[in-house]
Amino acid sequence: MSNHAEEVAHVGASVSTFTKVWIALLAMTGIEVLLAYEQVPTLIMLTCLLGLSIIKAALIIAYFMHLKFERLSLFLTLFPMLIFCIVLMLIFLGDAVRIPHMRPPV
Amino acid sequence: MSSHASAVGPAGSGSVWEGGQSPYATNSKKFGMWLFLISDSLTFSAMLFAYTYSRVTNPDWPKPFDFSPAIIYSTVMTFCLLSSSLTMVMAVHSMNHGDRKATVRWVLATMVGGAAFVVLHLSEWLKLINVEHVTPLNNPWGVPLFGGTFFALTGLHMTHVICGLIYLAIIAQGIARGKFKAEDVEVSGLYWHFVDLVWMFIFPLVYLMSARVG
Repeated sequence: MSNHAEEVAHVGASVSTFTKVWIALLAMTGIEVLLAYEQVPTLIMLTCLLGLSIIKAALIIAYFMHLKFERLSLFLTLFPMLIFCIVLMLIFLGDAVRIPHMRPPV
Repeated sequence: MSSHASAVGPAGSGSVWEGGQSPYATNSKKFGMWLFLISDSLTFSAMLFAYTYSRVTNPDWPKPFDFSPAIIYSTVMTFCLLSSSLTMVMAVHSMNHGDRKATVRWVLATMVGGAAFVVLHLSEWLKLINVEHVTPLNNPWGVPLFGGTFFALTGLHMTHVICGLIYLAIIAQGIARGKFKAEDVEVSGLYWHFVDLVWMFIFPLVYLMSARVG
């Protein structure tokens, strides 16, 4: 176990960057709530909500969780696998869309 | 992504992947926490996927969340969690600059945000259970899966938040006593941001997609 664990300089974002990211996150949340209030059609709403959520997640991971300032190898070890596994699950949603049409009539 | 260190180890010892040093330029605690968070992300992804699948196969899924108070409550909860992420980042920043007293204050502020989230969330749960008669197995709106998926998802998330509060309490008292280092604060910060991140997906998919206006 390394004692002087990787004594790199504390590279990272400044306080003002963190604050800007926070404000951006709040703004995106506000847009999401507005979309819900306006009762936008379901598919558009879902696309916008998911898109915004992914952008918010990317901002939190990059800046708050400091991943933007870490080595590329860390990102590559963690995230391609996660995305791949999620895509594998999402493939089954095609099945879900068909099921309501396959029920026998009441 | 920026790579601020070369891939060759110190004193010409060859590639960083040959052993004896961290190829990720990070300490093992941090790497261990990242591995746990990725695995936990898969757990939540699977649950969110199961919820999505249930919802798509049930076109008459209920939309029981009125804007006032349900959506307003959950928006305030989102604000609490986002603000607690900011205070956590400030805690890590203070600890990196050696200011232990400020770090403890920022960690306590983070806990306040998390506690506010839990209190609001529990009050919303109690309203759903006692007033609207929603249980994990049944509800008055005709789609029993609604309760099961809702309580499972938000319950697992709330459990993570409560565990996070306990974790942060231990960190705060450890920093105050001079027991913990900057890397310990950073690792607890990673966990807390993860909890916020999961909520970024649960809030729109569970609450906003089931909002009822008018």
